[in-house]
Amino acid sequence: MNWRSIWAIARKDLMEVRQNKAAWGPAIIVPLIFAVIMPIFFVVLPQVIPVTDVERELGDIQTLMNSLPPNVKLIFDGLKLEQMFVIYMAAFMFAPMFLIMPLMFSSVVGADSFAGERERKTMEALLYAPTSDLELFLGKVLAAVIPAVGISWITDVVYIIVVNTTSFPLFGKIWFPLAPWWPMMFWLTPALAVLGISATVLISSRVKTFMEAYQMSASLVVLVLALIIGQVSGVLFLGVEMVLVIGTAIWLVNAALIYVAVSQFKRSALIANL
Amino acid sequence: MNKIIEVKNLERTFGENRAIDGMTFSVEPGEVFGLLGPNGAGKTTSVRVLNGILPPSKGEVKVFGLNPATDGEKVRQQTGVLTETPALYERLSARDNLIFFGTLAGITDAELPKRVDEILAFFELSQRGNDKVEAFSKGMKQRLALARALIHKPPLLFLDEPTSGLDPEAAQQVNDLIAGLSRSNGQTVVLATHNLLDAQRLCDRVAILNRGRILALGSLTELSRKLWPVMWVDVTLMGDLAEQAASKVKALRGVIQAQGEKKSLAIQVEAEAVIPQVVSALADEKFPILKVNPRDYTLEDIYFALQAGEA
Repeated sequence: MNWRSIWAIARKDLMEVRQNKAAWGPAIIVPLIFAVIMPIFFVVLPQVIPVTDVERELGDIQTLMNSLPPNVKLIFDGLKLEQMFVIYMAAFMFAPMFLIMPLMFSSVVGADSFAGERERKTMEALLYAPTSDLELFLGKVLAAVIPAVGISWITDVVYIIVVNTTSFPLFGKIWFPLAPWWPMMFWLTPALAVLGISATVLISSRVKTFMEAYQMSASLVVLVLALIIGQVSGVLFLGVEMVLVIGTAIWLVNAALIYVAVSQFKRSALIANL
Repeated sequence: MNKIIEVKNLERTFGENRAIDGMTFSVEPGEVFGLLGPNGAGKTTSVRVLNGILPPSKGEVKVFGLNPATDGEKVRQQTGVLTETPALYERLSARDNLIFFGTLAGITDAELPKRVDEILAFFELSQRGNDKVEAFSKGMKQRLALARALIHKPPLLFLDEPTSGLDPEAAQQVNDLIAGLSRSNGQTVVLATHNLLDAQRLCDRVAILNRGRILALGSLTELSRKLWPVMWVDVTLMGDLAEQAASKVKALRGVIQAQGEKKSLAIQVEAEAVIPQVVSALADEKFPILKVNPRDYTLEDIYFALQAGEA
């Protein structure tokens, strides 16, 4: 295995993505909304609106708390209504939204990898390079995983800073992130990024255009939407154990997907599809 | 000397379609070998099979003694390919394109910047090295694509329609570069083209293809001799004496026929060696000879004769 070639492919793809405004647009706007605008809205708002209005808008927040698992309920013990609202929103309700990012960015770069190369008619020259099929595949995967995980982590850090800064007057201390965020950031986020890219590279090596590949891989977001619905409805709650279990399941799916992708990833199939 | 490429009974099918149908040929070191044929003749598919991008359906292929289907990486380390479209990364600079392909070709980090500078200079692209390729003209893109194919100094170069889509001036530039490669570097070149003039100018030998099959193989002289074993020589006289001269030379040994009209005499002879005897006989008879011109067949003549025969 020639890691220098793998890095060269990844680096080249990253340089190309950097020049692609269609890819970078969402990479700037979405994190900005998730990490800055949304938290300011739901962390600052309860601090300026009277508690009674918050309660009126949310219904009985205590009833909502009762639906939480016992270990999660402990976090809210003895807190003021505004504090409960901020923690509930910032740490729990909003958490699954952050899982959209690794999927989204890995899909954009992944779709741009093979389908984009085919669309721009650069694929053939790449296939004539003295690299193995596996090195080509890994280079493409790496090119998508690095920005997807990197942007997700940067967004997480910005979110942590914004939430703690804006809620400091309310709590008087740094309280975020809570425990489930750690496995979410370092276990579930990379798992979703790898899932997104493996599926997208597999798809994009079979379709003709970037948009076709992107649209097909975008359907993976359904997974995250299921988590959001589960969280909101109280059916599924993203505690530490649940995040670890979901992350492990996704890594297992990734292993199977990568195995299939690598075994089906052949130069001859790619060139025949040009 | 060992052959660079050896192909025996090669077949490549795509479903029902036979892209290559029983090709056999070899390429010698330092040779410029042409794969000549219309679109769909099997030229590009041949280049792909020879580089291990596509496995053959049947037959035997050896490049540098290696089987490209199983040793594709090793074969591609020793080949450079200019694809039909330049296939450059247009959002990147010329330099970044070359660095990328140079890295994949295994040039070390220490050598790579120097090599990139060298090749940019060779193709007269140094001034534009840091510009994005999207701003380049077609001719510049083609030169850069050729630079990319040569960045690792491969002993074997495949050029697929190298002048396709270029204006005459840019095409001339590219052809001059190709001619120089074989002459000065001793590189073996396989030129896949439907451009007969390019092939005639550049190739030592050609394989004329149609529908995946080789119709004829050899040098221009060999092919014209095969197709037209007898040859014509045109003689121009000073004065309207051609009719008279024709009747004199008809009797000579080795002359098949002679036709004269005014100053122009056309003589069909059995072999090249007969021509001096004809000229000598005419001179002995005091016919004032102005010009003697043995007719040469162009690759175009050969190509169309073969394709017409095939049809």
